[in-house]
Amino acid sequence: MILSVRDLRVSFRTNDGMVRAIDGVSFDLEESEILGVVGESGSGKTVSLLAVMGLITDPNATIEGSIRYKGRELVGLPARELRRLRGNEIAMIFQDPMTALTPVYTIGWQIAEQIRAHRKISKSKAMDRVEELLAEVNFPNPHEAMSRYPHQLSGGMRQRAVIAMALSCNPALLVADEPTTALDVTVQAGILDLVRKLRATHKSAVVFITHDMGVVSELADRVMVMYAGRVVERGSRTELFSDPRHPYTRALLGSIPPLTGEKPRRLPAIPGSPPSLLRLPPGCAFGPRCPVHYEPCKAGKPDLGSGAHAAACFRVAQA
Amino acid sequence: MSGPMIDKDRPILETRSLGKRFSIGSRFSAEGKRTVHAVDNVSLTVRRGETVGLVGESGCGKSTLARCLVRLYDISDGKLLFEGDDITSKSLSELRPLRRRLQMVFQDPSASLNPRRRVGDLVAEPLRIHGRLSSSEVAKRVAELFDLVGLLPDHVMRFPHEFSGGQRQRVGIARAIALNPDLVVLDEPVSALDVSVQAQIVNLLADLQEKLRLTYIFIAHDLSVVRQVSTRIAVMYLGSIVEEGPAEEVFATPSHPYSQALISAVPVVESTPNGTRRRIILTGDVPSPLNPPSGCRFHPRCPIAAERCRSERPQLREYEPGRKVACHFPTM
Repeated sequence: MILSVRDLRVSFRTNDGMVRAIDGVSFDLEESEILGVVGESGSGKTVSLLAVMGLITDPNATIEGSIRYKGRELVGLPARELRRLRGNEIAMIFQDPMTALTPVYTIGWQIAEQIRAHRKISKSKAMDRVEELLAEVNFPNPHEAMSRYPHQLSGGMRQRAVIAMALSCNPALLVADEPTTALDVTVQAGILDLVRKLRATHKSAVVFITHDMGVVSELADRVMVMYAGRVVERGSRTELFSDPRHPYTRALLGSIPPLTGEKPRRLPAIPGSPPSLLRLPPGCAFGPRCPVHYEPCKAGKPDLGSGAHAAACFRVAQA
Repeated sequence: MSGPMIDKDRPILETRSLGKRFSIGSRFSAEGKRTVHAVDNVSLTVRRGETVGLVGESGCGKSTLARCLVRLYDISDGKLLFEGDDITSKSLSELRPLRRRLQMVFQDPSASLNPRRRVGDLVAEPLRIHGRLSSSEVAKRVAELFDLVGLLPDHVMRFPHEFSGGQRQRVGIARAIALNPDLVVLDEPVSALDVSVQAQIVNLLADLQEKLRLTYIFIAHDLSVVRQVSTRIAVMYLGSIVEEGPAEEVFATPSHPYSQALISAVPVVESTPNGTRRRIILTGDVPSPLNPPSGCRFHPRCPIAAERCRSERPQLREYEPGRKVACHFPTM
């Protein structure tokens, strides 16, 4: 077991009161497994992974629960210790590669810096390693690319550079937060291929955050669907897509227009919009938008339960 | 989306070899003054009641083309015709009566709505400018528009920030249809919205098209959304149209190697393991329009490029009725 998160809760103190961004999230991750985390904006998918990375430094934030990496508790670990893990054993790829890279240094310099922060090797050795890494992430001309600045690269190439940086120390855990959202589909296809290849060669476990059900179905081994700070459904890719149980998962899958076959005259849309975390409805947060909600949904929050394929829904529990 | 087709074959909008050039840099910069052909030789006919989807990667010129079509940009080359009338170089005052019939919806509703004005006021603005209506008539029309786009009457006094993204886009749509336009250009109208809200807006656009007999030009990078709303699609690459045809046909059997790669790259939900769909992964990036490749502009990335593609640029030709492809070796 690489990562084990138990009952994670993250709250922020704001001018409008306490906001519980994450409300009791638990999941496990095995070696060389890809976990897809799907959700809309505000569902807590990014915040939960920032918590895992120890990147929530806001003094108004409270983090409760347990995050165990290879058996070692990360919650409450001193910043120094965390820094030794981050970038080394746990690496992260962000959505926008332009903000993840500094514009004033070359790609080669930035990746070498990362390597030298964690390994005691000479500058020239580090540079050799950078060239290898850039070749691995399919830069057509790695030696030349090392001397390029981020603005000289296209979006897809920048994201490849960020991935090369994340891989530089052979991380056991790779967290990717919407790494392809800012990219075109043709470029996205290449990056997804790359992630699959890296999982095979580096044996890294990957947490892949996205709002795109299509991406998850192509990449993930297991899937976790989040809504308003809670996990509403989890299961293997096959289970989740062939037998979606939670009404939110079903509705979300139903509202995607098909790419082949008959076009529906109207799309089955979900009414309303995702709730604000400041004004969550009582009981199940999806209740007001749910086509099958009934009395118990207003009374309490449904539990996810413990099964491998589970949905946090009273209707599902009843059936 | 099959709206009522009135006088189907009469083009409402037509471009003839339309081009848009931008000058970048200055004579003082290292490379000197250079010209980008953002849109190059586009001939497109839009008929009344249809929805033409424009697709392509970022930087392919689809948004620039959209802005040229409503004359937000001045046109550098070629001609733009609205109902047969040449509007390529009409002055702003000459364009004004036309603006009410030619509207646009933008991608990011929070950037296109003035945050300091109430949404009722924002929707009333085009009515005041063009409508010559009394204030009570304006208020009545605003209420009508709010109802049409699915907003509540008491929403008029709110500010844009009080709305969710989906509701804000409804305001943007209300503004665009306020003057009963004939043609609406929608530039990525759903891509800034949450997935669960996108379908609502797509349905709203379909309903409005039917009710108001609108013609749409729909730009989006999400190909499944484009397929859903479009009757016809045009695939753009590096400023030019490389394939054009009925939406469902182009998606089912794309002819241009670029369209094939683009459509095959879309991740689709499937419960079966990977590898059931044939995927074409393009090598390299979209070349810079500053320095486009010789011959066919797609040849450096094309899996079937031949010698001829390097030297001779293929023209957009009609291979089958309604299906045009710009390729020397189209799959038919």
